[in-house]
Amino acid sequence: MRALANRPLVAGCLITGLVALMALASFLWTPYDVTKLVVADRTQAPSFTHWFGTDHFGRDIASMIMVGARNSIAVALVAVGIGMGIGVPLGLFAAARGGLLDEALMRLNDLVFAFPALLSAIMITAIFGPGAVNAIIAIGIFNVPVFARVARAGALSVWPREFILAARAAGKGQTLITVEHILPNIANQLLVQGTIQFALGILAEAGLSYLGLGAQPPMPSWGRMLFDAQTRMTIAPWMALFPGMAIVITVLGLNLLGDGIADLLDPKSRRRR
Amino acid sequence: MSLLEIENLSLSIGTVPVLNGIDLSVRQGEIMALVGESGSGKSMTALTVMQLLPHAARTSGRVLFDGNDLATASEEHMCTLRGDDIGMVFQEPMTALNPLKTIGEQVAEGIRWHTRSSRAEAENRTRRILDRVGLPEAKFPLSRYPHELSGGQRQRVVIAIACALKPRLLIADEPTTALDVVLQAQVLDLLRDLVAENRMGLLLISHDLAVVADMADRITILRNGRVMEDGETAQVLSAQTHPYTRQLAQASAHVPEIRAAAAARNTRKPEDPDSPLLSVRNLTRDYPGRRLSLFRRDTPTRAVDDVSFSIAPGRSVALVGRSGCGKSTLARMVLALDRPTAGEIRFRGETLTGRREAELKPARRDMQVVFQDPYGSFNPRQKVGKLVTEPLHLLEKAPTRAERREMAAAALAEVGLGPDALDKYPHEFSGGQRQRLSIARAIITRPQLVVADEPVSALDVSIRAQILDLFAELNARLGIAYLFITHDLTVARAITDEVMVMKEGRIVERGRTHEVLDNPQSDAAQELVSAAPDLKRALAGRLREQG
Repeated sequence: MRALANRPLVAGCLITGLVALMALASFLWTPYDVTKLVVADRTQAPSFTHWFGTDHFGRDIASMIMVGARNSIAVALVAVGIGMGIGVPLGLFAAARGGLLDEALMRLNDLVFAFPALLSAIMITAIFGPGAVNAIIAIGIFNVPVFARVARAGALSVWPREFILAARAAGKGQTLITVEHILPNIANQLLVQGTIQFALGILAEAGLSYLGLGAQPPMPSWGRMLFDAQTRMTIAPWMALFPGMAIVITVLGLNLLGDGIADLLDPKSRRRR
Repeated sequence: MSLLEIENLSLSIGTVPVLNGIDLSVRQGEIMALVGESGSGKSMTALTVMQLLPHAARTSGRVLFDGNDLATASEEHMCTLRGDDIGMVFQEPMTALNPLKTIGEQVAEGIRWHTRSSRAEAENRTRRILDRVGLPEAKFPLSRYPHELSGGQRQRVVIAIACALKPRLLIADEPTTALDVVLQAQVLDLLRDLVAENRMGLLLISHDLAVVADMADRITILRNGRVMEDGETAQVLSAQTHPYTRQLAQASAHVPEIRAAAAARNTRKPEDPDSPLLSVRNLTRDYPGRRLSLFRRDTPTRAVDDVSFSIAPGRSVALVGRSGCGKSTLARMVLALDRPTAGEIRFRGETLTGRREAELKPARRDMQVVFQDPYGSFNPRQKVGKLVTEPLHLLEKAPTRAERREMAAAALAEVGLGPDALDKYPHEFSGGQRQRLSIARAIITRPQLVVADEPVSALDVSIRAQILDLFAELNARLGIAYLFITHDLTVARAITDEVMVMKEGRIVERGRTHEVLDNPQSDAAQELVSAAPDLKRALAGRLREQG
């Protein structure tokens, strides 16, 4: 199998799968209850009873990472969904119509792009109040222009091809051609962009919750854990180390997955032997 | 002793054998042609000489250049040979040049690398060689970029790069395949002169027997990695002792039998009939000029200029002309895929211009299209069953799934393919088979007119002969009229009743095909006819030379 020979794909799948499994498992079982504070056990170093140690309220860090994964994945996934759901149709529409409409839509796109995403997300959550839902919306909005651009660029490279002319000669309209011919031919580019945005979404969510604008306590989140750890770096470095590693490994896994998919689906990068 | 001597060369890539016991030699000042259809191993032979094979390639046998075996030469040694003693000209002038570098830089690059000369000196030599290939500095300064040149001019730059250091061996891999006939004749003349001037050996790779007959002293015919026949060009091509040589020669001048029989009977004049199938009146298409600033544009380019013609039902009409003369733009307007700037197109008496898409449906049903590129004209992600039935979308009543399959199978049978093709993807077919699929798609709605845009120019000669037969047969059996766009006069001659010659957006000559091609009146037609390679004429010329 070619897929198995593709190392980034295998590694990416394994890591992403592991994180997803961890998040799912946390619904059923965690080593300790993350809502219960055991002050007697606070800031304990990693040991056999608490693998990743405990935080300043005596909560088990391993359990918090498991539950936090849920939050990170959910926020990033829905944000990517929003970006794709709005951005892709927008880009396809702009490419199909062309002309002034295309120009207008894309300049609007540039306008959204011009705002630094994270700062604007901070602004949005500051106005509408902190919380996971507002974080999702804020991150999602800034995914829209990314997908719109990728979809438009991909569609523009497919439109002048001869099979599109043949479809037009067969009387098919723009909508039908877009659905039948354009979308399947740019699906892999969108998929790759999706994994990249997913990784960025996880980072953005961590950033927002670090600032206290993401998921609210007692719901644990990776960014929040980093914030709590920062003042205790010298006495309890594990409090920062493990959530930080969770973020790094998840993002790495998703990027590898994206690379792997790109290699697998792009006929040009297929190595001939 | 020969300049290049290939002895018993075999080559395999992975487990696939590509070449099998090739023997070939090129002497100084001699043009050796390597002829074969796609997949015969022509290009691989050239790459072996250059030692530019893919990594998985394994060779055996000897490649002697000037007595040294290149097969065992080190990479450093090859680097000193490539571009200095051995030059190479590639097929596609669009991709053989780096778009980010000026033509001066690209020509000078090799000169500076090999001769270690100063920048000024290299530039001088660059100027001289560009002047020699027909790009004088006054008109084409060294600071031009490839995209500022036309296809023929770019190919001249590629030749300049290959010949800058007066190599002793020049390898030209299909150097004119991407060019129209007039440019082809010019580039071939240039190559011939350069060979004579510098006493180079030229290994000319081509699929076109007519080109080869005109150019080459000796010829080697390849098939499936084996040498079928070799010898003096005139002798090999006139005697045609080997069956494959005969097959190639016949295929390249193929005229479908139905047409040959019909041509004898056909005495109808091409005058405009009372009820033409298609009639075009004063059609014009302008493309807006390049944007100079936000509010100013260059003057528009006129791609099609006041064109009028008509096609009677069941007639086959060729539209010939050099590349860029507006043939394809005209075809797209006829198919209502592009909007004319002015003029009118009537199909079966109804006007098509200015209609909305929904109103065009009945006309589209009776007017279909076949494109040039059998690779690009199918969505790679759909199966044949779906691809071929695409035009059924135009029917008033949507057919059921079973009916669709039945109609698709019938259309495939019409073009000589079995129903098992329905569940395959287009990449599982060869070029010729794909062109059959393309035709099946065009005829599934039983159209009255098929517009074919260079439908056979991407195909090998023997496949081309089969596809021409198919076109002729469908014309005779189903009464389909054709508008055949081509730059190849042998195709026009083989399959059409009438021919229209186009130049710079205008139709400059029109008439019965053989009358126009045998006795062209306009300059444009004369230019095309005299530039078109012709096997018989070339052979006759060669035999006369030899006495």
